[in-house]
Amino acid sequence: MRLILRNLGFYLVAFWASITLNFLLPRFMPGDPVSRMFAQSQGAMQPEQIAQMSKLFGLDDRPLWEQYVTYVKSVFTGDLGISISRFPTPVTEVIGAQIGWTLLLGTTALIIAALLGNLLGIVAASRRGGLLDSAFPPLLIFVGSFPYFWLAMGALYLFGVSLGWFPLRHAYDAGLTPGLNAEFLANAGTHLVLPALTIVAVTVGSWMLGMRNSMIATAAEDYITMAEAKGLSPSRIMFRYAARNALLPSVTNIGMGLGFVVGGALLTEVVFAYPGIGFQLLAAVQRLDYPLMQGIFLTITAAVLLANFLIDIVYVRLDPRVRVR
Amino acid sequence: MDPVLEVRNLRVEYRSDGRTVVGADRVSFAIGPGEIFGLAGESGCGKSTIANAVMRLLKPPAQITAGDIRFQGRDVLALAGGELRAFRWRQIAMVFQSAMNSLNPVLTIGEQIGDIFTTHEKLSRRAARDRAGELLELVGIDPERLKAYPHQLSGGMRQRVVIAMAVALHPRLLIMDEPTTALDVVVQQEIMAQIRDLQRELGFSILFITHDMSLMVELSQRIGVMYGGRIVELAAADDLFAKPLHPYSEALMNAFPPLTGPRRELTGLFDAPRTTDSCGFHIRCPPDRSDCSMNIPDLREVAPGRWVARSTEGDLR
Repeated sequence: MRLILRNLGFYLVAFWASITLNFLLPRFMPGDPVSRMFAQSQGAMQPEQIAQMSKLFGLDDRPLWEQYVTYVKSVFTGDLGISISRFPTPVTEVIGAQIGWTLLLGTTALIIAALLGNLLGIVAASRRGGLLDSAFPPLLIFVGSFPYFWLAMGALYLFGVSLGWFPLRHAYDAGLTPGLNAEFLANAGTHLVLPALTIVAVTVGSWMLGMRNSMIATAAEDYITMAEAKGLSPSRIMFRYAARNALLPSVTNIGMGLGFVVGGALLTEVVFAYPGIGFQLLAAVQRLDYPLMQGIFLTITAAVLLANFLIDIVYVRLDPRVRVR
Repeated sequence: MDPVLEVRNLRVEYRSDGRTVVGADRVSFAIGPGEIFGLAGESGCGKSTIANAVMRLLKPPAQITAGDIRFQGRDVLALAGGELRAFRWRQIAMVFQSAMNSLNPVLTIGEQIGDIFTTHEKLSRRAARDRAGELLELVGIDPERLKAYPHQLSGGMRQRVVIAMAVALHPRLLIMDEPTTALDVVVQQEIMAQIRDLQRELGFSILFITHDMSLMVELSQRIGVMYGGRIVELAAADDLFAKPLHPYSEALMNAFPPLTGPRRELTGLFDAPRTTDSCGFHIRCPPDRSDCSMNIPDLREVAPGRWVARSTEGDLR
């Protein structure tokens, strides 16, 4: 428990640092983002927009620390400013509208890939040199080394266009209103299949290899031989003794993956025209929408920190050795 | 009395591409009920290979290529699957070389002792936990420590836990593969005393493996000296210590140099491992073995119960 509290303190400090960086970066950028944006928009900006941006980027004439206090205050009250490219929608609203889909896609793909990959790794390691062990890793690495864009386009063409099994774009059919009814959920589900499966296809190989190697290293430990000598059943040895220990590095990876889910899967979102943070971030960069960029960065940082904190808690439960430190 | 364990002409090979290393060759010995049999020899001589062969724990590339192992008349090499699992630990239990590493770091002591009972005696978890507590008490550890993880115990305590686990099902034979190697001398003595007490109480036989001759003479009744995968001398402990007949036995005993007296060079296993066409001994053959450069000869009985691997009878000292 004390360990968790100490970790929490560490994460709060890290979060504070990321807020501060987020505040400082635009102010330290060479040139004046506002005038650059102004020039690019060729006079299409409203006066309120300019005023709003000037305030955001510290072009108001108050001293830096005062601006900083205002900024921190507004972050904690959930005010991340107003998006330029989607004026006058607040940044929080833009992010809020997208983040659900990003989380849905990212977590689904991550969970399937991690579960499947780890399971394959466990089985491959326990039947070392068998068919699964010799055929799957090269195959999955082969698939995984395709340029993702190409693979996704291929899948889209084959399953979407030629076979017509899955819809081509968007998170749900136009005309449906989002809600918790069977029709909508089924529709969103079929839209999810291709984007999620393509991500799984390219990532599952590394999960499998990681788990397989970890399992083989663990299987050489004396306590595995001891478990065997004790006459335990092979499945108990495999899961309770070997996999339980071999999973620890994987848990770390899941945590990191979970944090980066929020960043969105840019290419997936582009190919499948799937709404999401990644696509939004790209749009923000292209349109020099600094408030939105800042907001997305902050969200991603917060998510990575939160995911790591959660994994810390899980890790303490899984590995008693970290409790004593 | 019928022996508990009988090993006859056992040969274990480590086979890899292009090269075969003989881990053990024509090894024969028997252990009687309640007997403590020591297997001595330095690292790499095949002691642990024998132990793992008896438990059927050898994994590829190791392979038993000849001989047989009988436990109370049962053919151990013929056991498979569930039969083998039921045989392990109930009939023969083992204390491994490094007790430090033979406990799973992420499971509590209680869980690890308990799953012996849930597996072999089909006990409920609660009942298994109670039995585990009794076992800990047997080796002088507070049953409260069932909830502890291995890293929370000292090296000596961990070794006790492992010994408690080994006697959990009252096996007829206990294999101890260098049970005290990683421990300091004081703890080592405590553990040895513990083992002796348990043995007296429960009456199991012990196959005791070590390179530490002084420890061995304390505990064992009979001793086999192994060298290069073969037993080179097999004798009652007292006889062996009074007068080792094989030059290697003598060398091994001299490996613990006396505190006083002239300096002597230590002799041991030489760099070449034993392969199918080399005994590894010829590189530095002692003077009285000049007649055999490639093979360690078979054991011959030179006196009742006293076997030695020497090719000539002539120069027994």
